[in-house]
Amino acid sequence: MIRVSQQPFDPGAELSAFEKSADGAGAVVSFVGKVRGRAGDSDVAVLHLEHYPGVTERSIADIESKARERWAIGAALIIHRVGDLKPGEPIVMVCVASAHRREAFEAADFLMDYLKTEAMFWKKEIRNDGEAWIEPRDADYKDAERWKEGE
Amino acid sequence: MARILFFGKLAEAAGGRERDWPLEPGTRTIDDLVTAIGADEALLADALNEKSVRFIVNEMVAARDASIGDEDEIAFLPPVSGG
Repeated sequence: MIRVSQQPFDPGAELSAFEKSADGAGAVVSFVGKVRGRAGDSDVAVLHLEHYPGVTERSIADIESKARERWAIGAALIIHRVGDLKPGEPIVMVCVASAHRREAFEAADFLMDYLKTEAMFWKKEIRNDGEAWIEPRDADYKDAERWKEGE
Repeated sequence: MARILFFGKLAEAAGGRERDWPLEPGTRTIDDLVTAIGADEALLADALNEKSVRFIVNEMVAARDASIGDEDEIAFLPPVSGG
């Protein structure tokens, strides 16, 4: 399931519901990404996130399909916030269920790497000393490249 | 009338997220559209010409030389950053 929403979410409640929906799976892996309060030497006041309604959801569905081609996974949940977020708020959550742990770990890692570099979101940090649009770091692209080795 | 969408820093460069734009007869591709925009807004055209900008026409990924028509929705996307 894919959910892009202005509404805050409770990762604990989401994980609990996901575990129930993934009944029978031997492994459940979850990841929560949160808004950092510091950017270099600056304090972050707000993280502003935009998306392209409809197209963004499809870009995430494509990423999930790629994961399903690589790993035998069961249920998957991807939640992504948009709007104005404060430091400490959850921004993204990925949950993956599978029969055994390896598939769930790797698929969750893959989903996050591609959410960082392929999903259609744009984010701006509003800091105490100015504003800046954030683009993926070289490390983010390298992380995503890892999955292409040996293809 | 084509509809143009700008996202992220490109919306700031354009001074808004959406525009209705009557395509002139010679404007057949995204490249032509950027040139037409550049007639009045050179800075915006420069931003749209950056190599990292991607294009979506009617919700499908498109190339810079993709054909566009007067009923199309054309989106300009700066580098994405999710997660």
